[in-house]
Amino acid sequence: MNKILVLFSHPKYEKSKVNTALVNHIKDIEGVTFHDLYECYPDFHIDVEAEKGLLEAHDIIIWHHPFYWYSCPPLMKQWIDLVLEFGWAYGPNGNALQSKTCLNVITTGGAREVYCSEGTNSFTVNQFLRPFEQTANLCGMKYLPPFAVMGTHTLTDDQLANHVIQYGKLIYLLQQNLELNDFNGCFFLNDIPQLQPQ
Amino acid sequence: MTGSILFEAIVFLLGAIICVSIAKRLGLSSVIGYLLAGVLIGPYVLGFIGNEGEDIMHFAEFGVVVMLFLIGLEIEPKNFWNMRKTILGMGGLQVAGTMLLSYILFTSLGYDWKVALVISMAVALSSTAIAMQTIKEKGLMDTTFGTSSFSILLFQDLIVIVMLGIMPLLGHSDIVSSADNHKEHVNLLDKLPMGFQTLAIILSVVLIIVAGKYLIVPMLRKVAKTGVRELLIAAALLIVFSISFLMEYVGLSPALGAFLGGVVLSNSEFKHELESTLEPFKNLLLGLFFMAVGASINFIVIAKSPLTIGGILLAIIVIKAAVLFGTGYVFKLKLDQKLLLTFGLAQIGEFAFVLLSFAFGLNILNQEQMDMMLVITALTMSLTPIISIINERLILPRIGTKESVQRPMDHIAKSQKIILVGFGHFGSTVGRFLRSHGVEATILDQDSNRVDFLRKMGFEVYYGDATRLDLLESAGIAKAKILICAIDNPSVTKQVTKMVKEKYPHVELMIRVKNRYEAYDLLNLGMENIYRESLETSLVLAKDVLSKMGFRKHTLNRQVHNFIKYDEEIIRRLAKELKPGNDSYIFKARQELEQQEKFLNEDFKRGIVEFDNQWDSEHIKKALEKTKD
Repeated sequence: MNKILVLFSHPKYEKSKVNTALVNHIKDIEGVTFHDLYECYPDFHIDVEAEKGLLEAHDIIIWHHPFYWYSCPPLMKQWIDLVLEFGWAYGPNGNALQSKTCLNVITTGGAREVYCSEGTNSFTVNQFLRPFEQTANLCGMKYLPPFAVMGTHTLTDDQLANHVIQYGKLIYLLQQNLELNDFNGCFFLNDIPQLQPQ
Repeated sequence: MTGSILFEAIVFLLGAIICVSIAKRLGLSSVIGYLLAGVLIGPYVLGFIGNEGEDIMHFAEFGVVVMLFLIGLEIEPKNFWNMRKTILGMGGLQVAGTMLLSYILFTSLGYDWKVALVISMAVALSSTAIAMQTIKEKGLMDTTFGTSSFSILLFQDLIVIVMLGIMPLLGHSDIVSSADNHKEHVNLLDKLPMGFQTLAIILSVVLIIVAGKYLIVPMLRKVAKTGVRELLIAAALLIVFSISFLMEYVGLSPALGAFLGGVVLSNSEFKHELESTLEPFKNLLLGLFFMAVGASINFIVIAKSPLTIGGILLAIIVIKAAVLFGTGYVFKLKLDQKLLLTFGLAQIGEFAFVLLSFAFGLNILNQEQMDMMLVITALTMSLTPIISIINERLILPRIGTKESVQRPMDHIAKSQKIILVGFGHFGSTVGRFLRSHGVEATILDQDSNRVDFLRKMGFEVYYGDATRLDLLESAGIAKAKILICAIDNPSVTKQVTKMVKEKYPHVELMIRVKNRYEAYDLLNLGMENIYRESLETSLVLAKDVLSKMGFRKHTLNRQVHNFIKYDEEIIRRLAKELKPGNDSYIFKARQELEQQEKFLNEDFKRGIVEFDNQWDSEHIKKALEKTKD
């Protein structure tokens, strides 16, 4: 069973109904380490050695965060800056993360329709996530398509409940070490057949 | 016994060391120890010190002088002005009330009105030395009792000028010069006509104020420039001695002049330097003063008419206590604060020695009257600490319990999860921040006036001494999640936290400590959450210094975090090395130095901080060049 590390970063978690629901559903699953960055490092003073230890102890890394200005919250960027060290995560002898798997789990206010060339945001979510994809590539990690809960401003309780269940199922699938090929061709992990209601 | 100065010094020092340590061990104020030492070595018990006691007293009065100089230093004229109502109100009421009652007492005993007036002036004054020493020792300066006492004493110190000014008007100056052989120093005033005497007094006061501004401060600046530390000590002593000399020369109390000098210098940049320089002199001299008081109790005078003296002594204490209680009542002090004030100031003070011998010099009092009053004065001073003990051990505990029971139980019964002990500078900030998050802590504080004031402001503050387990229990310690200990006094902090940890181990303790040393103590008792009040502030200052020198702020910020972490690690490691069971002060002080040395060594090993490689591409460039080769 793959060990999963959820690196969660949300500067105002206590006010986020969607993320509270998502997190509560998965944080206590066996084999999942839920790591709340804003709670651990309120002053942005990240303990790099501890973080490196956590990464080494897990097989799958999930960057779980809201999508702010087409990117992650600042503490997560700080985490990337500090933890993914030259000579450890990349560069000569930088192979600590080789063959691990990595993905983004995001929430966006705007619906899926506005993230396309014709929509107000002009680009797709996958395009906006390119920096994360390449970060994973440079560190030798497999990068999976994102799991995204979108249109949170207008989300109904039923829709949210559905997303929450899907997130739980996804975690289960990731733990079972599914072949990468299973996900090919998806823009979002939300769309893979295993997560659709039977 | 023997004229050798060395021998006398040995007797005094030995007496002090033995008696004061016994007093301290019994939990008594050091003043009692000194007084007892004085009685023991005095002419009537062991007889080591004979008639020279008076000279010693004269010398030891410098302790009072230095103390008043220091008190003056602490009062900036602005604060002085802010306190004017309490000073004038409480002080005026106390002095007027006491003088009136004792005047009635002494005239009804058949004394001449002039004699009765002089004696009642002396009686109205309390002992700044004893009262302030006790208040500071117990750390009660911030309480209502502390400030009230201070105000009253200050007013008395001021009114002495007036008393000394009036006294020559009562005297018969023509007889003075013939009877004046007991006074060794020459009084300039004796040779002046009466009107000029008052003028000279006013002039000398003005002189001190002017000289303070235009002579002393420039002189201190010059001295400070030389950078020689002992010169500053010399200058500080010179100031006090000169002022005393001047005041004595015009026949005024040197203590008063010193006080004025202190106030004048309190706005100068040398305030703290002077304070720390003179502090050790003050303590030693005050000790000597208390011993001299003890030694000057004339047991022959007492033996001659024990009943009269006993009766007058009792009457005076009752009068003083009653007036103080009444003053406290008028100014709406809480009962416990009122009692502290009543018993704390119910003695005749050291100024009485000055006033009485001045009056004797003016032939207002005869030898017998003066001897009697001197004995009574010394006795009241000796009794004060004893009365205070009775008050603290027997009376206050009962009242304290009553007051806390009288408080509405329903508030305490709410049993909030947090208990905050101590609502001074530190605790009040903690409480405000909690409250701004809607968290209402149950607050315990031992100043009942502050409790009432804060309750008016809407805080949930309860009155009481947190070292009493029953009080903590009624405040809901059994159900509490966290107890915040924001007490100023290290020994009380230790007592409270130890007790709570023992009896209620489930309560999480969050403890404010003053310094590293207090932290060691508590760490060794198994406390975890320890907050050193000076750590972060000093680092913020150091950070700002480096920033002004050109270091970048963000990098400094990160280093401050690293430093705190590093410091916390060392402190936990070094705490274990401390040997428990050695509580003596000297041992602690030496260990403190050793620890400081270890800290500096650790710093040295760590070297100049290596900045981390974060956001730094230098090492990447180097590494890449290596791979090319």
